[in-house]
Amino acid sequence: MPLPKLFNSYPKIKEIHISDRLFFHILQILALLVLAAFAALVLLIFLESIPALKKFGVSFFFNPEWDSWKEDFGALAMVWGTFISSILALLIAVPISIGVALFLNELAPVWLAKPLNFCLEMLAAIPSIVYGLWGLFVLAPIIRSPIQEFLGKYFSFLPFFKGPQYGIGMMSAAVVLAIMIIPTISSICKEVFRSIPSSHKEAVLGIGATKWEMLKTAVLTGGRAGIIGACIMGLGRALGETMAVTMVIGNKPSLSLSLFEPAQTMASILANQYAEADSALHLSSLTAVALALFIISLIVNSSSFILVWNTQKKFSRG
Amino acid sequence: MKYTLLLLLFIPFAFSADKPSLINGAGATFPYILYSKWFSEYSKVDTTVKINYRSIGSGGGIRQLIKGTLDFGASDVPMKEYEIKKSKKPIVHIPTTLSAVVLTYNLENITQPLHLTSAVIAQIFDGRIKKWNDPQLTALNKNIELPAQDIIVVYRADGSGTTAVFTEYLAKTQEDWKVGYGKSVNWPVGIGGKGNEGVLGLVQKTPGAFAYMGMGYAMNQKLPTAHVKNQAGHFIEPTMSSVQESAKDVGPRQSYIESIVNSKREKAYPISSFSYLLVYKEMEESIGHVIINFIQWALSDGQKFSEPLYYVPLPENVITQAKSAVKNIQLKNASS
Repeated sequence: MPLPKLFNSYPKIKEIHISDRLFFHILQILALLVLAAFAALVLLIFLESIPALKKFGVSFFFNPEWDSWKEDFGALAMVWGTFISSILALLIAVPISIGVALFLNELAPVWLAKPLNFCLEMLAAIPSIVYGLWGLFVLAPIIRSPIQEFLGKYFSFLPFFKGPQYGIGMMSAAVVLAIMIIPTISSICKEVFRSIPSSHKEAVLGIGATKWEMLKTAVLTGGRAGIIGACIMGLGRALGETMAVTMVIGNKPSLSLSLFEPAQTMASILANQYAEADSALHLSSLTAVALALFIISLIVNSSSFILVWNTQKKFSRG
Repeated sequence: MKYTLLLLLFIPFAFSADKPSLINGAGATFPYILYSKWFSEYSKVDTTVKINYRSIGSGGGIRQLIKGTLDFGASDVPMKEYEIKKSKKPIVHIPTTLSAVVLTYNLENITQPLHLTSAVIAQIFDGRIKKWNDPQLTALNKNIELPAQDIIVVYRADGSGTTAVFTEYLAKTQEDWKVGYGKSVNWPVGIGGKGNEGVLGLVQKTPGAFAYMGMGYAMNQKLPTAHVKNQAGHFIEPTMSSVQESAKDVGPRQSYIESIVNSKREKAYPISSFSYLLVYKEMEESIGHVIINFIQWALSDGQKFSEPLYYVPLPENVITQAKSAVKNIQLKNASS
């Protein structure tokens, strides 16, 4: 795909007045600074994590143990916890977010859409520590007492519902994460839906489709790539979320299948242990976890950008 | 107009004649509340001094002190051998305050304090004792009706001196303790809260919870605390005086750098520890005398601020030792 050429339609730089050239170069330096900061960050994380990667090799990523007393470190439990909590969060958040976006864009009357939009934006603005406290003090007791009590009683033969009634754990983390990523996903979905030309919708309605059929064919199908991109963007946010998850996930590196067992994510082990890590190997292993998280987030976020960008381009070309 | 703005920039330099000494410190989070009280009180005693303290954790404080980017550090545990060796300049430990790790729980309708031994505590924390009405627990608490509830173990998820002191106590008293000891260990059971606040929240919200935490937090929140059997065989309530008692053996023979966990004294609470300031043994005159003056003040007048903030003041014998350590700090001229 050809990238847009920035200066194609402008005169050559030499022909521009000196002050404009100066301005151009200053801005260019500022823009390059972002790149330099990015490169410095990657380099530092990589250098710091070399001792751990040397010691444990690739098996670092397949070892479920994390024991700073025995100096045996592996990232598997954290990678597992990060992915499971984020994917569970997506399962909860995606249907809600798409529904919200459809309703706000296509169905809601203006007097309702405006305050709803406002509320949605407010959800995104709440600091994550507040979500964490809410999860700890409000959500966890609810999950413990009616939800886990019920599921544990009637479905305890399934491995997903086993374990003592902690309240906090994978389930609490997933619900908190879901609420946190709903604004992200639904606002991107709204953008995607808005980029679908109304001529498409009118065409579908024109051949006698109902409103639901119009939404299904013109909006949802047309914006599919964009919706997937929005979900991946939400996933990216969920993967890196630290404070709220740390407060409700139980912070125990383990590979349990149960939704009610405590787990550990990559971001939360960094938040927990970096400040007080004593040994060089412990510190380096933590940095290696950071490196893994960084690479995963990079892949996830860039793929979502490409998907969303493609959808918008598709329709802007007409 | 342009130039007045430029002049404004120079105003700070104009007043540098009686420059306030700016001291930079960083380290332990546990004594942060007491230290910030001290720094603000001390700035009233000596108005030319400004002490800047960042509570980044004991480990971070030690790392930065070794690198030489701080004037003083602070730690809840004494520096390890290899850390002392890594530092180019020799470092002195000064005890500043005492604390204890208490065991707290969330059990409905139980008003009498639980009695515990280190053997039972260890077995709960490594998952061998799972229910509150375990025979070993009921044998220790004959007059308490313990429920047939699961014990929900709550631990500190972040690295902390509290965990270090608690696990040191279990490792010291129980030969079959396999979890190890240190600022963060791999707990086989339970859930982790971040910080004393996180543990506090979990204990208050989880029926059947059992946790260790810094004494100040438990006292502040009026949580029930277990009485723990000490080496002399008595069940001791964690109080200001029982924690102080465990530090009373410190003297010419026993250094305050040695652990005071599992004290032999009759009335001592067994899970106690010091918090230390870490300073270089040789300091530049200009900064050194400010730090020494502050430490002298903290060891005398400063101690009275401990109790209202739920820290335990040092007993006389420790203060004597600490003051003689301060005397050994050498000051040298910057020019030499």
